[in-house]
Amino acid sequence: MNIPGELYFTKEHEWVRIEGDTGIVGITDYAQHSLGDVTFVELPKIGADVKQFQSLATIESVKAASDIFSPVSGKVAEANKKIEDDPALVNRSCYSEGWIAKIKMCEPSEKNNLMDAAAYKKFVERLEH
Amino acid sequence: MDATETLKNTPLSAHHGSLSAKMAPFAGWNMPIQYEGIIAETLYTRQAVTCFDICHMGEFIVRGDLKKSGLDNIISGHIDNLGIGSCRYSSILNEGGGVIDDLIVYRKAQEEWMIVINAATIEKDKNHFLKHLSKNAHFEDVSCGLGKIDLQGPLSREILKTIAPGAQGLGYYTFTETDIMGEKNIVSRTGYTGELGFELYAPAEKIAAIWERLTSDKRVKPAGLGARDVLRLEMGYSLYGQDIDDDTSPLEAGLEKFLDLNKDFIGKKALLQQKRSGLRRHRIFFKTLSRRSPRHNHNIYISDKNTGIVTSGTFSPHLGYGIGMGFVSTPLDAGQAILIGDDTLKIEAATCKKPFIKNTSIKT
Repeated sequence: MNIPGELYFTKEHEWVRIEGDTGIVGITDYAQHSLGDVTFVELPKIGADVKQFQSLATIESVKAASDIFSPVSGKVAEANKKIEDDPALVNRSCYSEGWIAKIKMCEPSEKNNLMDAAAYKKFVERLEH
Repeated sequence: MDATETLKNTPLSAHHGSLSAKMAPFAGWNMPIQYEGIIAETLYTRQAVTCFDICHMGEFIVRGDLKKSGLDNIISGHIDNLGIGSCRYSSILNEGGGVIDDLIVYRKAQEEWMIVINAATIEKDKNHFLKHLSKNAHFEDVSCGLGKIDLQGPLSREILKTIAPGAQGLGYYTFTETDIMGEKNIVSRTGYTGELGFELYAPAEKIAAIWERLTSDKRVKPAGLGARDVLRLEMGYSLYGQDIDDDTSPLEAGLEKFLDLNKDFIGKKALLQQKRSGLRRHRIFFKTLSRRSPRHNHNIYISDKNTGIVTSGTFSPHLGYGIGMGFVSTPLDAGQAILIGDDTLKIEAATCKKPFIKNTSIKT
């Protein structure tokens, strides 16, 4: 299971990469693997306000539809248009090309509500056993 | 106790484990849902050939005169003209005309039949047969001892040639008892994918050797129940327990052509009554106008009016859009604009005819 060290994670298996006041958000390797082949992502609208741990986007696989929850609060600054045409990018490259949205963060302290890579690794290991 | 401890394993479970298959409970069995991925396995089945572990399904043997045994009365379809070595899709109904199960009847001899049934319904079906077969009919549930592998796809005949050469000439919906790796077993030209394909029956202890032989050919890839579900839905085939059940009439489900209304059978009276009074609901097939998938239990709307329910839905990798089937309260022609979803989601869709995929290898 691939878990990059520099990211922060939610219990719902989203990640955020914090660059200044921007949070780049996606789903983890564990999430893409459990979902299976991603067939559709409903991206958030640019400028939309999102709250930490509330619905940001919808993701569909062959088997099911699920919500993607935002790891941070803020305003949606950008959404990854590439995954509209090629949703399988989320499977192939969940931590880089398959990112979902960029969020202009408004609460830097929210990071404390997230897991770092070591904590997330333990969290996933508990789920698997 | 952990729920997975009560699940049954097929004779191939070690093979699924070594292939790192994603497993899930299905009808009381621990079954492979996918190996490489549902989309890859779906595409590969239509393009080349895949094999499926279908050991969970049930098989009954019935011996006796078709009419005197009561079998003809149990099966809703026309089987008295079924030739020895032929098989036919049919169903068994309750007195209310609801579907107890859908199944395939194989005529092994003038007075010997194999009935292939769904895994989740084995006990229920067995009780129904035992209740309605006459005392002198022979009935045997051979589900436990018999395994089954489906070999499906345009290359399936090529592959079959190497392990059961006696079966390569089979016509559509026929079968033969032929040599498979040194032992006589049933091979039928049937399947649930809409492609040219064969189902191989063998004693449970022989199944692993057949699987190993099949998959030792690099052209053959294993496929799971996830791909099987997409493939059957692309053809518009019903799935028991989802599209049809004890409360569904075959008339509503668009399965009238599989009934023999010229003979007596259990449930016929109720069906004739439904014909007189009109059907409560009607089967439709539809496609979405996007990559969004309809899902089981989504509502079907015309304008804002909730007019029905989705029984099966998925994403079709071949077509690149969502497909599904459901029931609506009034019949709809193909091309009708509908919406699929729930209170918060509405997916634009249009009714269409089945199958969703045409010109497959099924009759080649």
